[in-house]
Amino acid sequence: MSSREQILGKIKRVAKADSPLPDIPDFEFSGEIKERFVKSIQGNKGEVIDVAGLEVFLKSNGFSKIISLAKGLEQLSTRTLPENPHELADLEVAIIQGQFGVAENGSIWLTDADLGLRALPFITEHLVIVLSEASLVSNMHEAYKRIGEQHSGFGLFIAGPSKTADIEQSLVIGAHGAKSLRVVLD
Amino acid sequence: MSHPIKAQEFLSDPAKAKWHDETLWFVRDKRDAITKTIPEWEQLRDLASQIKDNVLANLDSYLVEFEQKAKANNIHVHWAVDSEEHNQIVLGILRQHDCKAIVKSKSILTEECHLNPFLEKNGVEVVDTDLGERIVQFLNQPPSHIVLPAIHLKKRDISEIFHEKLQTEKGNEDPTYLTQAARVHLREKFLSAKVAITGVNFGIAETGEFVVCTNEGNADMGVHLADVHIACMGIEKIIPRRKNLGVFLRILARSATGQPVTNYNSHFRSPAPGKEIHIILVDNGRTDQLAREKFKNSLKCIRCGACMNTCPIYRRSGGFSYGSVVPGPIGSILSPGLDLKKYSSLPFASTLCGSCSDVCPVKINIHEQLYEWRQEITKAQGSNAKSISMKIANGIFSTPFAYKISGEMLRGALKILPEAITYSGLNTWGKQRDLPEVPKESFKDWYKKNRK
Ligand code: SF4
Repeated sequence: MSSREQILGKIKRVAKADSPLPDIPDFEFSGEIKERFVKSIQGNKGEVIDVAGLEVFLKSNGFSKIISLAKGLEQLSTRTLPENPHELADLEVAIIQGQFGVAENGSIWLTDADLGLRALPFITEHLVIVLSEASLVSNMHEAYKRIGEQHSGFGLFIAGPSKTADIEQSLVIGAHGAKSLRVVLD
Repeated sequence: MSHPIKAQEFLSDPAKAKWHDETLWFVRDKRDAITKTIPEWEQLRDLASQIKDNVLANLDSYLVEFEQKAKANNIHVHWAVDSEEHNQIVLGILRQHDCKAIVKSKSILTEECHLNPFLEKNGVEVVDTDLGERIVQFLNQPPSHIVLPAIHLKKRDISEIFHEKLQTEKGNEDPTYLTQAARVHLREKFLSAKVAITGVNFGIAETGEFVVCTNEGNADMGVHLADVHIACMGIEKIIPRRKNLGVFLRILARSATGQPVTNYNSHFRSPAPGKEIHIILVDNGRTDQLAREKFKNSLKCIRCGACMNTCPIYRRSGGFSYGSVVPGPIGSILSPGLDLKKYSSLPFASTLCGSCSDVCPVKINIHEQLYEWRQEITKAQGSNAKSISMKIANGIFSTPFAYKISGEMLRGALKILPEAITYSGLNTWGKQRDLPEVPKESFKDWYKKNRK
């Protein structure tokens, strides 16, 4: 007997009372969605800026290795997306378009279609996500409603920069992935 | 070795023990604070619990659905009845790809299967990439907490081991500096690994996708750079529908660390072009636990660690005192199912205060199961001291065995702590009380002598 059959057989032999799958109600959201989203991002140690702020960020740091996939901001790229993600190792800034944001926790939904390469938002030193204000939803239930039946090989909620508190619970930003997250809300 | 004896070891450094206690309590406080900002918090716990009940009642059909969908998405699905088979499957995939070095993100299941020593014996270098896990790996230790693997260590310990392994400046204990050094070291490992292993937080039957949550982004750094992703998943990690994630992602990080969500929540549905994803569905005692009516609810656990942070015994005895892969209250109800004899002291490592059940986001009746295990263990030991238990009018220590080991623990702890310390490491019931004198003989011994 295969392991599969063995495991499934053992589960089947256990007498189990039925237990219905509950419906998930619509939970009310009090407060202003945009304000809450901005607060959430800040709480996660990200920053919310506008397009002018983005230009200042890029210029003042003199970044020269930039890939921008965000709609209307493609001209900010200084290089094209490679085929091999290892070639992203020295990337300074990735600018991508987010599909929607979630007010309660600052999560932003991205899929293969937005990322170009799955490694992009992780391997880059700094991450910028462009998001339309109209895309914001209140909570994670609304978020999954919005995702619905969408079929992507990879989907991702990003809510902040890479962080850790594994050394004496001291928060450090920039563990393995992006050292900063900026959200351009327009 | 039993829990009380190991707890004594932990308490031999009272300052560190105090820090451990207070730090975990601080995490518990953060959890409380954030849950109070969600008016529907209790409703979410109910929903999560009901969804998991439904999973346990239909586990076989959800697993079949998951397998079918995952295969349709070009994911390779493997089944493992035990840790041995799991490890062999991993090794087989590595050999197929001629891979001698892997990166691995946090997976309690692979700890449970002792995958690292197995692979190392077979000539594979394993690099744990979660910062806390890398630290304990350098020290040849297991994690002492399922969410905060290095919580038993102070920054001076970490600074020392990093100086030795990563050539950081001697005596530099700055967490930012040390993290940066680990970043540089691990970056190189990420860029050179052909195979990356991750755990799984949730597998979704409806879509065949699975979700991995991290704050560091280490799971993603590994898998997106490697050619092959192996995901190791306990069969109880299945949830029915994608929309159920809305409930679980709202409660997981809030319960774990008091943050609204983990910074990276990755949904893997099919491999990127030219790459491979393997998922291994592991039983390793889970179906046995499912068959134990009183204990099957322990399989609802989403491994948030909240029951550890809140537990007065865990906080004051450290994760290693449990001697099991999953420590703390949940570990104390999972482990006896794996080896009743080896873990017989664990269900007694509790005051039965019920704080674990109060914080558990999926509403596992942890403290009731601890009590149930005590009955099982006492039965298994064929207790002849039953009469004593009936005469000890003490609701906290409800079995003679428990009474015996708890007493040993207290007397031991009191002996090692200097009298002047007002902080009593095991004085769970009132931190600021003076230490009582250590009785020369236990009540039990006294009772034995005087009962005639
Ligand atoms: S038993 Fe509950 S509180 Fe403890 S780790 Fe599991 S889900 Fe979290």
